Amino acid sequence: MDRKQLQHQVAYTRRSLFDQGYLDDQFIQLEHLQDEANPNFVEEVVRLFYSDSVRLIQNIEQAMINKPNIDFGKLDDYMHQFKGSSSSIGAKKMMKECSKFREYCCAGNIEGCIKTLQLLKQEHATLRRKLETYFQLVKQAGLA
Amino acid sequence: MMENGFSSPRNDSFPAGLRVLVVDDDPTWLKILEKMLKKCSYEVTTCGLARDALNLLRERKGGYDIVISDVYMPDMDGFKLLELVGLEMDLPVIMMSVDGETSRVMKGVQHGACDYLLKPIRMKELRNIWQHVFRKKIHEVRDIEILEGNESFQMTRNGSDQYEDGHFLCGEDLTLIKKRKDIESKHDEKDIGDNTSTKKARVVWSVELHQKFVKAVNQIGFDKVGPKKILDLMNVPRLTRENVASHLQKYRLYLSRLQKGNDFNNPDGMVKQSDSPLSDSAGSFGSQNSINLQPTDVSNGCYGFSGSSLVLQNVDPRSHDGDRKILVTTPVAEPKRGLTVDAPNPRKPRISQMEFGHPIAPPRSEVNFATFDSSFPSKYPWCGIPGIPLKQEHNPLHLNDGFSHLPMPRQKQLTRADYPQPAPAISSAPSLTEREIGCPVKIKPSRNDYSSNACHVSSTASAVDSIPLQTKTNSTNHQVSSTSSMENQGLNMNCLTGVESSRKNINLGMPPFAPLDKDLQVCFVPGDYYMNLGLQNIEVPEYFDPSLLTDVPIHLNDGLRFDYEFYDPTEYSLIDQSLFI
Repeated sequence: MDRKQLQHQVAYTRRSLFDQGYLDDQFIQLEHLQDEANPNFVEEVVRLFYSDSVRLIQNIEQAMINKPNIDFGKLDDYMHQFKGSSSSIGAKKMMKECSKFREYCCAGNIEGCIKTLQLLKQEHATLRRKLETYFQLVKQAGLA
Repeated sequence: MMENGFSSPRNDSFPAGLRVLVVDDDPTWLKILEKMLKKCSYEVTTCGLARDALNLLRERKGGYDIVISDVYMPDMDGFKLLELVGLEMDLPVIMMSVDGETSRVMKGVQHGACDYLLKPIRMKELRNIWQHVFRKKIHEVRDIEILEGNESFQMTRNGSDQYEDGHFLCGEDLTLIKKRKDIESKHDEKDIGDNTSTKKARVVWSVELHQKFVKAVNQIGFDKVGPKKILDLMNVPRLTRENVASHLQKYRLYLSRLQKGNDFNNPDGMVKQSDSPLSDSAGSFGSQNSINLQPTDVSNGCYGFSGSSLVLQNVDPRSHDGDRKILVTTPVAEPKRGLTVDAPNPRKPRISQMEFGHPIAPPRSEVNFATFDSSFPSKYPWCGIPGIPLKQEHNPLHLNDGFSHLPMPRQKQLTRADYPQPAPAISSAPSLTEREIGCPVKIKPSRNDYSSNACHVSSTASAVDSIPLQTKTNSTNHQVSSTSSMENQGLNMNCLTGVESSRKNINLGMPPFAPLDKDLQVCFVPGDYYMNLGLQNIEVPEYFDPSLLTDVPIHLNDGLRFDYEFYDPTEYSLIDQSLFI
């Protein structure tokens, strides 16, 4: 593919991420922050998020394992953290799941929490894939 | 590299080069915020842990202009950090969170946050954070000047045998006053929204009021002191936490300057230990006695961007027991640079274990500040300075959700209607003073959290109940019985409902408080609290309408008379008498 085609591809992919509700305005904010001093800022931030979020998810899962008395308060705190982190890259769908999870926490509904966490992890993985693809395209378009 | 905040080259390009400390356990946000702030031409330092942030702040006193911190952090509650920073370094602190729940924002404001930002944070929100630094500086400088002005006045009245005239006229004061004028003219030129601040009414710290203040401070212990605690002890209607906070700030600065002066006079230092064994704090105080206060440090530090960082030593807490004679160990002002004192932090837990000789006035009266719009606090340098100007454009949903039925103009009307009422209530204040003594209140040990103290005061409800109510207007509203329901962990809606029903024309907006968490425990003290509650929501200029104060023993022309004679080591007996009228 020539450069122009690649650029079209990049634009299209990017557009669909927004249209399909995966990303929100925060991602655009990150793009605005990217400059000569930090030419790969967006990608760096996304990578940072993904490496850190693994830890957060682990915390949440730990707090939910086989415990007779689940500390919903703590669970809520962890999810609060995770939601905050997700907001940093504008991960819209993930944030929705986070909110749902917190509602279940408030209600003390562990089943709901478990179900929601699964969805959350799926969204987490999906977005990661899409963004990786996107960044690869960006690189290719830049190099072409 | 200590910067002289007073004459830092940054001043010329302000707000560029604003020194921001960002604290957030989320590395992603830390990176983003750092980038955003750098784009605003600020000087950024990032911290992933609250502890690290505190260490940095303590090591580099005067090294930062403003702190931005997340609310939730694993190693320390963000609100706690907020309090500590406010107490120790007196820096403006902005809180951040992904959670914009009204109760959280409220809590932030109560703990002294000067703003509360919601994540995801936009760069434009960060661009304007310099206003908090500027505002604080302006007010601090002005407050000092007022203080000095009043002191000078008092000096001439009382004779200056207890003072060194040089205190008030030494070099840095003049520079200070000049600087203030510079700032004010710059202020005017810039036409910032808060521009009206210099012209409005303010709390006049009369002799009596200040003595109550000092008494409260000494009872708590200077290093354990906090605006809320002082407010509680003082139990003065219509006095707000912010009034006390700014007064406390000035008091500290004033003490530090006195220290400076006295150090010159008393080479053996200011320490007069009480005979009874002192707590750790006093012990460490002794060891610091020989600190050489460098005049430039104190003065520059005080009036620089970062405000005062005085750490003043403790009075023996045991002196609080019943015996009202307080042995005052002269506070030593910690120089802003070079000396790292960890004291405030470890001492803080002990606050909650002290026995106060006073009923607790509502710590949550400042809750109502959230209803004030951003222009409000600037008018009243005595109240609401550090923590109040919430940028409503940032949190329009969250503030107004709770207070959408409290439009500002309506509040204005309401307050006027209520004018006659506060005054008679205040006349009961003197009788309350007696009650204060007779009604010891135990505070259960609690977390290092002022709000926790509030929660436990419910145990004293019965004691409070027995106090005869002498306020005329409050008798119907007092709802003494409602104090028993203070046992509830949730916000005490009964009390509030009682307040609301009897004072229909004060729309306190209490119902929105209902969902607030238990930290917003509203504690009632007969009469005065009620007045506080009612009045807190009233726009401040009306508080200080002199016509209201006819019954109040506040002498508008008395100015301030700080009983600083107690700093003269030879006059302790004088201290006792003069402090406790």
